[in-house]
Amino acid sequence: MNTHKRIPSFAIGALALAVLAGCNPPGQKASSSKGSSDNAASRTFVPPGEKDKYYLFYSGGHSGQVYVAGIPSMRHISTIPVFAPYPATGYGFDEETKEMLGEYTWGDVHHPGLSKTGGVYDGKYLFVNDAANNRVARIDLRDFKTRQIIGPIPNSSGNHGSSFVTDNTEYVLVATRFSVPLPKGRYADPKDYAKEFNGMVSGIKVAPKDGTMSIGWQILTPPFDWDLGSTGKGPSEGWAFWTSYNTEMAHETLEATATQAERDLGAVVNWRAAEQAVKDGRVEMIGGVPMIDPAKTPGILYFLPIPKSPHGIDTDPSGRWIAAGGKLQPVVSVFDFHKIKAAIDNKDFDGDFRGVPIIRYESALEGSVPVGLGPLHTQFDGRGNGYTSLFIESVVAKWKLPPWSDEEKADLNKVVLDKIDVHYNIGHLVTGASDTTKPYGDYLVAMNKLSKGRHLSVGPSQPESSQLIDITGEKMTMLYEAFTEPEPHFAQIIRADTVNAIEVYPRDESKHPHAVWDAKETGVVREGNRVEAKVIAIRSRFIPDRIDAQVGDELVIHVTNIEQTTDMIHGLGIAEQNVNVVIDPGETKTIRLKLTKPGVFPFYCTNFCSALHQEMQGYLAVKPAEGLAANP
Amino acid sequence: MHEFLRREIFFLRRPLNIWSRLLLLLAAGALVAAIFLPLWKIHLVAPQYAEGLSLDIYSHKLVGGNNGQDLHEINGLNHYIGMKTLSEADFVEMKWIPFALGVFILLTLRAVVFGRMANIIDLGVLFLYFTAFSLGNFYYRLYSYGHHLDPRAPMTIEPFTPVMIGSQKIANFIQTSLPQIGGYMLGIYIVLLFAALWLSRKEMP
Repeated sequence: MNTHKRIPSFAIGALALAVLAGCNPPGQKASSSKGSSDNAASRTFVPPGEKDKYYLFYSGGHSGQVYVAGIPSMRHISTIPVFAPYPATGYGFDEETKEMLGEYTWGDVHHPGLSKTGGVYDGKYLFVNDAANNRVARIDLRDFKTRQIIGPIPNSSGNHGSSFVTDNTEYVLVATRFSVPLPKGRYADPKDYAKEFNGMVSGIKVAPKDGTMSIGWQILTPPFDWDLGSTGKGPSEGWAFWTSYNTEMAHETLEATATQAERDLGAVVNWRAAEQAVKDGRVEMIGGVPMIDPAKTPGILYFLPIPKSPHGIDTDPSGRWIAAGGKLQPVVSVFDFHKIKAAIDNKDFDGDFRGVPIIRYESALEGSVPVGLGPLHTQFDGRGNGYTSLFIESVVAKWKLPPWSDEEKADLNKVVLDKIDVHYNIGHLVTGASDTTKPYGDYLVAMNKLSKGRHLSVGPSQPESSQLIDITGEKMTMLYEAFTEPEPHFAQIIRADTVNAIEVYPRDESKHPHAVWDAKETGVVREGNRVEAKVIAIRSRFIPDRIDAQVGDELVIHVTNIEQTTDMIHGLGIAEQNVNVVIDPGETKTIRLKLTKPGVFPFYCTNFCSALHQEMQGYLAVKPAEGLAANP
Repeated sequence: MHEFLRREIFFLRRPLNIWSRLLLLLAAGALVAAIFLPLWKIHLVAPQYAEGLSLDIYSHKLVGGNNGQDLHEINGLNHYIGMKTLSEADFVEMKWIPFALGVFILLTLRAVVFGRMANIIDLGVLFLYFTAFSLGNFYYRLYSYGHHLDPRAPMTIEPFTPVMIGSQKIANFIQTSLPQIGGYMLGIYIVLLFAALWLSRKEMP
């Protein structure tokens, strides 16, 4: 057939078409490759256009916020406002966030806790505590926003010993640093502290579907100052541990009076038993929440003596070894959970305190590792090592976890492997995923309390120091030094790919009852003394750009940013009315204002949006109240 | 002269063999594909839009990339320079092109059945007219949108014609316009017509 000879030309034609179809329009760049080097500088350098490997979520301390940075660059990326208003992202000025903040404009964020599934981070939520006003907040990592604040928690004061997340985020566990007379609001003289005041351990229940927090149970404790806690895993799953100081139950000059005893009573809590007690009704409703009296309901709370005014307590990834920092004694006390469980089962107790059994110290202790002066917190690398922060000595000490050989047990100095100087006076430290069953084991961040002399002078108020240390080798190496706003306490590190954040609120998912998407639905409506405006923000105008009202009106503005592109953020600030909201793409926010002064108040887009951002403005025209002259 | 006309008539009366008819059937299939697959794509890239904004032009609709969002974005950007909003409703040819392609499919199937060289010549001439008209119309649309810019627009730029095939720079954007699979199907149609003609050029009426 003569078709046979025609194939080659067809083939060439088809090939040409195929090549053309695969043409890439310009603008798509090939990915670049990173060189490798032992040099610390190159290991922390993230080239422009590339991204960090890990998120570093810092607690913001008494700033009330959470800071987000990246590892290894240690760059601050953003601030998530939680307990304090933050006009930069409009937090605290719209009705939803004002309601969440309640009557407080600050909080003291100490210990962030990432949500977990199956004992490892799932990238869904970050829980943080407010030690000052007794609250816990949930940040949704889908959009990095605070979505719920619970509290002030009944019957509790100063939840410093928070927020410790159980292996499947069943609970966020919380314990009080301050004891107060109960129920809260009752007056008692602090002189009668030991008799009238009480501490509390609470389990904040987290709803599996949407993370909503509620109070699950509370356990009444003596007025010890609960310090830090840790949730168990593996063999210790279902248990949680806290340190305390002030077993002396002192109420004044604690510096002296609360440091007298050689050991303080830490708490060993069977939280599954607490949960069961609530289900069985073996509780008393106090302040509207189910409270367990451990003396009346045994099997839930045990005391464990720990030297001496201990601070941090951390469960290792296997769930068996529990390390408590001695603070005023230069040791880390390592307890064996198998021994603790055996002591409980065999009733190997050393008496009791107010009906709560005290586990015999010698029966539970595996060993005291002589790490150095001022041991505070311990983190793990998943390779059998613990890293403890030493405040007074200003170092991080690396030591080997049990099991120890007989030779090591005879002289535990042998298990202290390395020390690295930090600048200065380290508080918390964090290694990646240390509180899960699978730590990442590569980076350690030391959060230091004193940064004096390490940075350009910025006057008497000092920033905090944050140092990145490589823990992959036998010896620790200092990689980078960064400075943060006051004042991180603990932090959490999570792999970037575990978090899936959106950058636009899709229009189809908008559930806000007053969102407007079409110019036809916008407008200003008056109902008696209430004026309601529905406004669209789009590059580069507000629709409508004029709102008319009168002195004495309650003005409600619902503004929707109808953009659906990343980073097309608009703001709405009204001159001399003390309001600024920032609306992300696809988001709707509601402002409520009582209009007390007449005049014309310009409003404008505060968050840079486009080439014509300057032209994006409008007028709020407020007439004087009827019957009054136009000019004052 | 008579000889030429006699050979012309003889040629037009040549029957189409089975291979030609099969190729014509494939050609009809290519047109069906062209109705449903994108004909052309316009792609815009800028530093702050590294992933690009795209517009797929089908015979019957205009679809923006990123779930349609790109069309809103492109219109939003165009309003700064005063270009008319791109809206499917304004492109009346999108109502006619599927109809026209349907007619060509029927005519191609007719050629398969009637089986004469003349049918292919008819199809070829009409289709080339259709293609030339469509491309001309496309160019006219590009010219028109790029030249009738609103004088009150915030930013005044020189009237321009967005490129029809290839790339060009407009302000901070690089605009690339290329045929897509549907467009190639229209080209394949012509090739298949020619191939059908060639395969039967020696058939005896």
